[in-house]
Amino acid sequence: MTIAELIPLIEAENLIPDADLTKEVSCGYTCDLLSWVMAHGDEGMAWVTVQTNMNVIAVALLSDMACVILPESIQMEKESLDKAAAEGLCVLKSPLTGYEICGRLHAAGIPEHA
Amino acid sequence: MHEEYPVEKSDYTRAGEASASIKRILKQLGISGSVLRRIGVACYEVELNLVIHSDGGVLSLDVDSDAVTLTSADRGPGIPDIQMAMREGYSTASEEARSLGFGAGMGLPNMKRNADDFFIESEPGKGTTIRMSFRLG
Repeated sequence: MTIAELIPLIEAENLIPDADLTKEVSCGYTCDLLSWVMAHGDEGMAWVTVQTNMNVIAVALLSDMACVILPESIQMEKESLDKAAAEGLCVLKSPLTGYEICGRLHAAGIPEHA
Repeated sequence: MHEEYPVEKSDYTRAGEASASIKRILKQLGISGSVLRRIGVACYEVELNLVIHSDGGVLSLDVDSDAVTLTSADRGPGIPDIQMAMREGYSTASEEARSLGFGAGMGLPNMKRNADDFFIESEPGKGTTIRMSFRLG
């Protein structure tokens, strides 16, 4: 599934206008402890987190993730969004809870591991 | 080649910049795939450890034809019990670090897991040196 196909599935809004939405989402994950995510991050991952600081972008980029998903319409700091835009990382915002987002990703066939 | 990056204590907004530069350099050298990802993760963890736990230090990158080596050398305060520090889930991170999502106690174990060789030496009152190497090809 591409990011473009994922957006309507979780009722999300893309916060990075120039991000490449044709990128393939190969697995999903949710966690808010960044070091924990570093241990489990994978290429093509869609990562659901309530953290919004700059380090979220760094962690996502280092693992070559497909996108970061903010649940419950959480706002991300402008500095973080600017960094994501500069690096071409997609950030999505969804009104759904992290639980519901992961449920829908899983039901749509996105596995735990790539 | 040899590159050095100073990393300052508690500089959370710049944390990750040295790792991003290192990853860019390695990419330009043609290193890719899982080894690049492993280096990236270990490098970011060690850089964050300098920010969260040290009094500041230097992260250096050495690349030769068959390996990439990352070395972190700080000015203190040193780790009193390395065995404890290496345990998953054990952390002495500050409230500030925890509020940003750090302090899961996964840093050192993550480094060890990702590096092909992992060396740590620490003396309380002096400082800590961590050296990690990654075989190429």
